[in-house]
Amino acid sequence: MSFQFHQRRSGWDVANYIVLAMISLTSMIPLLYVISISFTDPAVYIPLRFQLLPPKASIAAYKYILSTNSFMNALKSTSFITLAGTLCNLIATYTFAYALTKRGMPLRKLMIGVITFNLIFSVGLIPNYLLIKNLGLMNSYWALILGGLTNSWSLIVVRSFMDSLPKELEESATIDGCNELMSFLRVILPLSMPSIAAFTLFFAVGHWNTYFNALIYLSDSTKWTLQVLVKSLVIDSNSGGVGASGAAAALGDERVLPQETIRMASIVLSMAPILCVYPFLQKYFVKGVMLGAVKG
Amino acid sequence: MSQTNALSRNTPPSKARFGKRLYRYRYVYLLATPGILYYLVFKIAPMWGIVLAFQKYSPYAGVWNSPWVGLKFFKELVTARVFPLMVRNTLVINFISLAFFFPLPILLSVMLNEVRGEGFKRINQSIVYLPHFLSWVVVVSLTYFLLSTDVGVINKILFSMGREQITFLSNPKLFYWIVVTQSIWRDTGWGTIIFLAALSGVDPQLYEAAVMDGASRLRQIWHITLTSIRPTIVTLLIIRIGHMADVGFEQMLLMQNPLVMSVAEVFDTYAFNQGILRGQLSFGVAVGLFKNIIGLSLIFGANMIAKRSGHSGIY
Repeated sequence: MSFQFHQRRSGWDVANYIVLAMISLTSMIPLLYVISISFTDPAVYIPLRFQLLPPKASIAAYKYILSTNSFMNALKSTSFITLAGTLCNLIATYTFAYALTKRGMPLRKLMIGVITFNLIFSVGLIPNYLLIKNLGLMNSYWALILGGLTNSWSLIVVRSFMDSLPKELEESATIDGCNELMSFLRVILPLSMPSIAAFTLFFAVGHWNTYFNALIYLSDSTKWTLQVLVKSLVIDSNSGGVGASGAAAALGDERVLPQETIRMASIVLSMAPILCVYPFLQKYFVKGVMLGAVKG
Repeated sequence: MSQTNALSRNTPPSKARFGKRLYRYRYVYLLATPGILYYLVFKIAPMWGIVLAFQKYSPYAGVWNSPWVGLKFFKELVTARVFPLMVRNTLVINFISLAFFFPLPILLSVMLNEVRGEGFKRINQSIVYLPHFLSWVVVVSLTYFLLSTDVGVINKILFSMGREQITFLSNPKLFYWIVVTQSIWRDTGWGTIIFLAALSGVDPQLYEAAVMDGASRLRQIWHITLTSIRPTIVTLLIIRIGHMADVGFEQMLLMQNPLVMSVAEVFDTYAFNQGILRGQLSFGVAVGLFKNIIGLSLIFGANMIAKRSGHSGIY
């Protein structure tokens, strides 16, 4: 910032600012609209009437959803998968990525080959499905946690992040008598914090948003994740044309509330944790990811 | 550390040496164990599943006792009535996306790069990255709230104006455009990250010199901004071409309904629908394998073209 070159503010700049503001608005408007409708008081709700802001606000839809067992079960499942899954992801990814920075390690080339190959080729859906079945993980949260323990892209990005760390620090730890285990814990991990923050966000969002794997591996409806529940509430009760009672029936309840506000409130609840955590972690993810990706 | 590196590199690999090196790296292996086990169990072991594509697999008979059928399922796939539809859907969606989605992150990065107020730029970045973190279930749900006939905003407005409603979501003619628009809304902002990172390395003095020489803003963008991200654009274009066989699986699955199946079926969803929902496991494996081998050859092809044309390859 010591020297900044000033140019005239032109009409070009103004147009640029306006278009950018409109793009941001386009990104936000669907979310704001859904949040706004979800707070509509059931007493003033009229189907098929367009409104931007609820004439009368109420949290009835939220109270209703939070009182249903199916939502609370889904919240519990999703929270468990997200917490346990993210922790396992971080451990498996950072330990393996660290090992891959050790150039003298036997079989390292082979491991990197397998990882790169998996980046571009996957055996397909059904062999993985049969594997989970044969391992006896059907209907278990561990199908989702172990099945996605780490992935090639994260390993490659984290490894190049670790490669970019100054080697001297680890060398001096080695001279002080640290083995790799200790220097990983005491030197590498503390230095990897920006990258860990970014990947915590990626892994957690990945688990929180799990839809398809949860759909095929968790058949027991009490183990459904939020995304599976929200899908059955919003999309199935819509496209199936089953009619108005779809959402309430999916929640196992017949109390009368406008379907639309329930659907929207369930969407908002399913996004809420991401919207809450995102502002605090977002400054890390660009740094944590780009350090690896640009070089690679 | 560096000493052992040098040693192990210079010594020819022999069994005794190998054992010694394994021992030398015992702590590293300890750390790598979860990752190695994961790849062995979840990535390498399922490779045996490939053989299912060549036999009439029955879960009761198992892999060893199921009869071999050769390429029967692959023949069934390419002669299936949906096969040309799936090829068309995959190609059309990818070409629309290449033409309309691919340039947008570049455009947005250039626009963000022109912004001089750091605060305004940062707020904009935070907002446009956000949709990338929403699940496809949420994005498809938002689409319903915009376009469906019962709760869709557009149809509500039409209704209040006394006009007839439009069935956007069951109209095969609109399907491709709706899917690509969803991807644009969700990932354009996210796509700017890599370009903005490349642009952050550009020397500001280049712009100063250009202004001295009397270059207009447009010329600065053309000669400095776009020139400095050209290698990134080419790399991403090659990657994009390598993925021309891929269509977002969860997105397509969620957007499918009986009225749009002819435009919404792609190889991955077909493998799921036939293989798991209808229980034709072997056929499903064959469909998945067919698509993944095409995908693999596209990636190799794109990489080869990249190397031939003087760019460094990607893999």
